[in-house]
Amino acid sequence: MINKVDLLVAGVGGQGTILAGRILSQVALLQELEVKMAETHGMAQRGGSVITHVRMGKKVNSPLVPLGDADFILAFERLEGLRWLSFLSPRGTVIVNTQVLHPLPVLTGKVEYPGYVLEEIKDKTATSIQVDALNRDPVSRNSRTLNVFLMGILARQMPFPRETWENALELVIPPRLLEINREAFTAGYCLE
Amino acid sequence: MDKTVLSGNEAIARGAYEAGVAVGTAYPGTPSTEILENLARYPEVDCNWSANEKVALEVAIGASIEGARAVACMKHVGVNVAADPLLTLSYTGVRGGVVLVCADDPGMHSSQNEQDNRHYARMAKIPLLEPSDSQEARDFTAYAFELSERYDTPVMVRSTTRISHSRGIVSPAAPQRITVPKKDYQKDAPKFVMLPGYARMRHPLVEERIERLTEEAENNPLNRLEKGSSKLGVLCSGVAYQYVKEALPEATILKLGLSHPFPLKLAKELSDSVEELLVVEELDPFFEEQLRAAGIKVKGKELFPATGELSVEIIREKVLNEKRETIAVPGDLPPRPPVMCPGCSHRAVFYTLKRLKLEVMGDIGCYTLGALAPLERIDSCICMGASVGTALGREKANAGAASHTVAVIGDSTFYHSGITPLLDIVYSKSAATVIILDNRTTAMTGHQDHPGTGTTLQGEEITPVDLEALCRAVGVKRVTTVNPFEMKKLQEIIKEEVAAEEASVVIARRPCILLSRDIHPPLEVDADKCNGCENCIQLGCPALSLVNDKARIDSAVCNGCDLCLQVCRRDAIYRPGEQTSPTEEGDKK
Repeated sequence: MINKVDLLVAGVGGQGTILAGRILSQVALLQELEVKMAETHGMAQRGGSVITHVRMGKKVNSPLVPLGDADFILAFERLEGLRWLSFLSPRGTVIVNTQVLHPLPVLTGKVEYPGYVLEEIKDKTATSIQVDALNRDPVSRNSRTLNVFLMGILARQMPFPRETWENALELVIPPRLLEINREAFTAGYCLE
Repeated sequence: MDKTVLSGNEAIARGAYEAGVAVGTAYPGTPSTEILENLARYPEVDCNWSANEKVALEVAIGASIEGARAVACMKHVGVNVAADPLLTLSYTGVRGGVVLVCADDPGMHSSQNEQDNRHYARMAKIPLLEPSDSQEARDFTAYAFELSERYDTPVMVRSTTRISHSRGIVSPAAPQRITVPKKDYQKDAPKFVMLPGYARMRHPLVEERIERLTEEAENNPLNRLEKGSSKLGVLCSGVAYQYVKEALPEATILKLGLSHPFPLKLAKELSDSVEELLVVEELDPFFEEQLRAAGIKVKGKELFPATGELSVEIIREKVLNEKRETIAVPGDLPPRPPVMCPGCSHRAVFYTLKRLKLEVMGDIGCYTLGALAPLERIDSCICMGASVGTALGREKANAGAASHTVAVIGDSTFYHSGITPLLDIVYSKSAATVIILDNRTTAMTGHQDHPGTGTTLQGEEITPVDLEALCRAVGVKRVTTVNPFEMKKLQEIIKEEVAAEEASVVIARRPCILLSRDIHPPLEVDADKCNGCENCIQLGCPALSLVNDKARIDSAVCNGCDLCLQVCRRDAIYRPGEQTSPTEEGDKK
């Protein structure tokens, strides 16, 4: 039995970080681990920077991942991947969608979107998996299943059987959206 | 595996349901909103949104007087609104159990302040339960009803954002509801009619009750001593307990679940058994002050901040002097503040207010985002309904203020707390202009219904409020309704109403785009015509940016509203396949 896995799912409000966290929680439950998850709601959801903490293991106390503790960061947007990097453990893995979503201060020309984001992530982390998810996810290419596609990539890195993930998808995702999400998950899981 | 994963709010709803609650009330507010939404899924429980938290608690009190169990749920600042009935409910006590669930927001994730509502339990002299995870959220809420009836008192269950919006394991997986038969209604004037003569008889009972409750807190298993090292003892409650367990696993811990009235004997027992005593609590030194008042030596706020949330890291740093190396993130990353959605009608109003250079008394809702760049059109935001009252106050201090000031308030906020100050606007012969942004929902908290939408929380159809008639009925003669997407008309109306020398209400009505899904194909920019004037950029729409001095529309983000087309002076923005704007007026600047 694994001792503990700490994860952070980072993204932009509306990208589906909470759903991703709920799938992870379900996986932990199916693996008979204790799990806690902390979500961002309310004001921050309107296109703001959002973060979901997921912690699983034999015993979990704080629902928040301590700084420098995360085994994985799953980032749905590159800047958000960099923003939360101080949570990653020195041995941790970051999986980042290389997509760029300009925040409003960039759109209105007040600040520039930095050009160094991906390089910075690569340089500062033990393992960085960078994926152009919008173009690599053959299912939707419209960001609706992006979270589950990236979840598939994460699943490959984690010590749980594939069936557990598939069962979790079935338990968390509404039936009418299940098939397309299964496809996206498989695409991510099998991505080379 | 008889377990499920629930958020704290889902677990609170489960606990109330299992305790046989008959009536659930709330006004939506982050982080409390999902409690009633989840309770409403059980058809056995009568649940509906109240106009505000005061009404929510009063409805719960009524259900209790009738003999049934009731729960009222609200965010921390909602208890301010409900404080009036709460403090007297403490005197009357209950018939059916009454539980007030309040969700505090340390760190102000989605709030205007971070008040510590534990003080309310102390002020009202009622028991306070503080769950530290989802399992306890369910268990404590169910138990609260028992406590309420046994001690004839309302009980406060206090959650925080990290309890309400964290998920954790709850067992058993399936709810088990107990049947609590409604008691017969009994007239009991000395108990429920708080005339001074009767209230004077009730107050000593409150004092006697809090003494009995103190005994309860000393012996209740919700308050437990977890023996560890004799070097360090920690007193804590709520989510802070989880942080302490993780950061200081060796410590002896007094975990308070029934945290008011304060179990001083237990605390002394802890203090006597350890070399050093710490209090780890978020926000105010609530326990610390009570310990100090009893002469117990303790460290608390000299180590830990009274602002924001605590964390495992803060405790490690302050107590163990341990700070981990972390990956350094560049400090100058662009922030990503929340924004109004593409196609949001509020944008039209704030753009117009900016163009007219009006000062804006703001209020609580999505539209508070109108305070942020580039619109920057809100000058104040205090609490629900304050836009209207503060606009009146400015006019009283400066008779000319009404000619360059408006109050802006959402529909749900107006029903919550905007009607009473509007009465005062009329009563004070004010010339104020109140703009009601009527998007037909409570958008910020996730689209809850309200008296103006025509639907209840449990899906029944009702007659919606006639907002125009309501405003006229309180005495406002100038009431105008406008579709904010007709920007030219909107501007004319606002200009005229601000200039008018009597009170006016402008209702800017357009359903929230997230509900109406009134989405059209994305617009495009004719780069030859665009001169990069940035008029459209000033709308603050996330679909618009300036690339090489030309406006650019991100087709993946654009919802096809035509605000940018309307504000473009050079006809450079167009709807593919169309020559002119499809708005009713076809208005162009």
